[in-house]
Amino acid sequence: MTTPTQTEPRPNPGTSERLDERLHSPQLPRWTPWAVLAAAAVVTVLLNTVGGQGKALSVVLGWLIFVVTLTVMSRLYEGGRKSVDRLATVMVTTAFVVALMPLGTLLYLVVSNGAPALSGSFLSASMRNVVGEGGGIFHALWGTLLVTGMAAAMSIPIGLLTGIYLVEYGRGRLARWVTLLVDVMTGIPSIVAGLFAYALFVLFFGEGIRMGFGGAVALSLLMIPLVVRSSEEMLKLVPNELREASYALGVPKWRTITKVVLPTAMAGIVTGITIAIARVIGETAPLLIICGSTDSTNFDLFHGRMMTLPVYIYSQYKNPGFPPEFGIERAWGAALVLTIIIMVLNLVARLISYYFSPKTKV
Amino acid sequence: MDETAVRANPRPPRRPGDRIFSGFATAAAALILVALAGVGLFLTSEGIPALTAGKNEVPGGNGILAYAWPLVFGTLLSSAIALIVAAPLAIGVALFISHYAPRRLAIPLGYLVDLLAAVPSIVYGLWGFFFLAPRMGPLYGWLDDHAGFIPLFAGPASPTGRTMLTVGLVLAVMILPIVTALCREIFLQTPRLHEEAALALGATRWEMVRMTVFPYARSGMVSAAMLGLGRALGETIAVATVLSVSGVVTFNVISSTNPGTIAANIALKFPEASGIEVNVLVATGLVLFLITFAVNFVARAIVGRRSEFSGAN
Repeated sequence: MTTPTQTEPRPNPGTSERLDERLHSPQLPRWTPWAVLAAAAVVTVLLNTVGGQGKALSVVLGWLIFVVTLTVMSRLYEGGRKSVDRLATVMVTTAFVVALMPLGTLLYLVVSNGAPALSGSFLSASMRNVVGEGGGIFHALWGTLLVTGMAAAMSIPIGLLTGIYLVEYGRGRLARWVTLLVDVMTGIPSIVAGLFAYALFVLFFGEGIRMGFGGAVALSLLMIPLVVRSSEEMLKLVPNELREASYALGVPKWRTITKVVLPTAMAGIVTGITIAIARVIGETAPLLIICGSTDSTNFDLFHGRMMTLPVYIYSQYKNPGFPPEFGIERAWGAALVLTIIIMVLNLVARLISYYFSPKTKV
Repeated sequence: MDETAVRANPRPPRRPGDRIFSGFATAAAALILVALAGVGLFLTSEGIPALTAGKNEVPGGNGILAYAWPLVFGTLLSSAIALIVAAPLAIGVALFISHYAPRRLAIPLGYLVDLLAAVPSIVYGLWGFFFLAPRMGPLYGWLDDHAGFIPLFAGPASPTGRTMLTVGLVLAVMILPIVTALCREIFLQTPRLHEEAALALGATRWEMVRMTVFPYARSGMVSAAMLGLGRALGETIAVATVLSVSGVVTFNVISSTNPGTIAANIALKFPEASGIEVNVLVATGLVLFLITFAVNFVARAIVGRRSEFSGAN
């Protein structure tokens, strides 16, 4: 820590100054990284405006200048270990900023392109007999609501009961296998779920079957593991004392579960279910396979093709018609609506868990 | 009723309500096993005609293997790119949230990263097609000019940017949230005493992370990366939207001739498919199912093995 080449004759080693030098290695002031960052930012702006480099290139160059300057300064003044630490801090922070860039650009893109398309008729019109301008997402909106609603109606009881089984009843081999396979099920590719629904319904209805209910089956295959996982986590959090108190009063196990355990965990379970719905409502691939796409409104889950919002976006992007700009604009508008629905669902989930979960402070 | 009667029957009586309720719960759990078995079974039953079909009946005219191989290759290549990009980034982000960000900000910042997971894949597809791909075009031109001797960047560079590398980057963004979330959970479980001991011995923050957090979280990071890989393998619509496909097998990731991926190929072909082609597509779907099943199974097994011993650490 001290410089090895000391030309001056050593002062009395006992003085406080000497002790201080041994206890405190030299350290850059706290504001150093920010100052270097500001300097690098100035260089970045200069590179872009005066140097005529592209925006992306100047940012990358400015970042490199920042990293190298800070690390070299630290190495010269504070030593090798400290400089490595500073480098690691910069890298970790950079990783975070880089990770947020897609989110920022994506939301900006969706809002700026989608907002002009939104209007009353966009929400209330279907694509029936629409060529070129006009048309809307009415049929897709209804399709999404029906298919997702049906999927939720099938997944929530099965998922919740499985969660109850795993926490309250499950012992032995079946429970172990279910736990493992639920984990594996969360990784099933959504397109495979769609193919499964197709392969299942083809047996009953013959080749080329398209129906909304099939989409609901495919979605519930994706949704059940999410519901199981979250409700299992929440039921595990319910303290055993509550169950024991209930048993001690002579309450049967099933009444204990329905009247004591479930109400305690309800906020968390509802949060988990809402997040699961938000996850599957944006699925495109399985619905493309089994629900197909159509321009008309169809309220019958068990008969005929059914349009859904994600498939609508995909088909408008894929076949925008002529001239293409109207189709692309509709795709962005629908993307904005879908994103808003999902963000609202996520927000609702957070609010539920925030306001309705049992408070830890008594 | 006297005392002996109570002692003679220490188990509580099984009421009908109990039996019915536990029956329902067990049935629901068993239904999950049945569903998973059903996925394998029905895909196999629909896929078998493709395996037994004559070479000329399969699209492309060279049999199912020649049809599936470029797709399997493309799936693995795009997922590998995604994993190589996303894994270090996710570890960095997770570390930032768990050990570097101010405590107060950590939870909201975590939500922000989770929001990435909420964006539907079709919107990622639009983002990749309209935003990322055009911006990557010039970079590919530069790579072609200056790094063309590397087979990966052999070119000719695609001017539209709808290449394997772009797809890999979009997939990387899509798997980032799940890998980050898992890594973050594991990093936060590092025993506090280990960290404090390292700091007390004079370690810098980075040395503390390297000496206590990483060794503790190693197997967890591996399985998080594998779960991310499973996601990337099965991603469909974003790939179908962004990639321009021509069914070749090449490591060249910046040109406009790319192998497709299994999932994207199904999404592109299925709506208009009929007859034996449907069976061929289902058979490729079965291959995808088996690949992702194996990847997920191994990843979960690693996590499971670790959790058994974690109490001892």
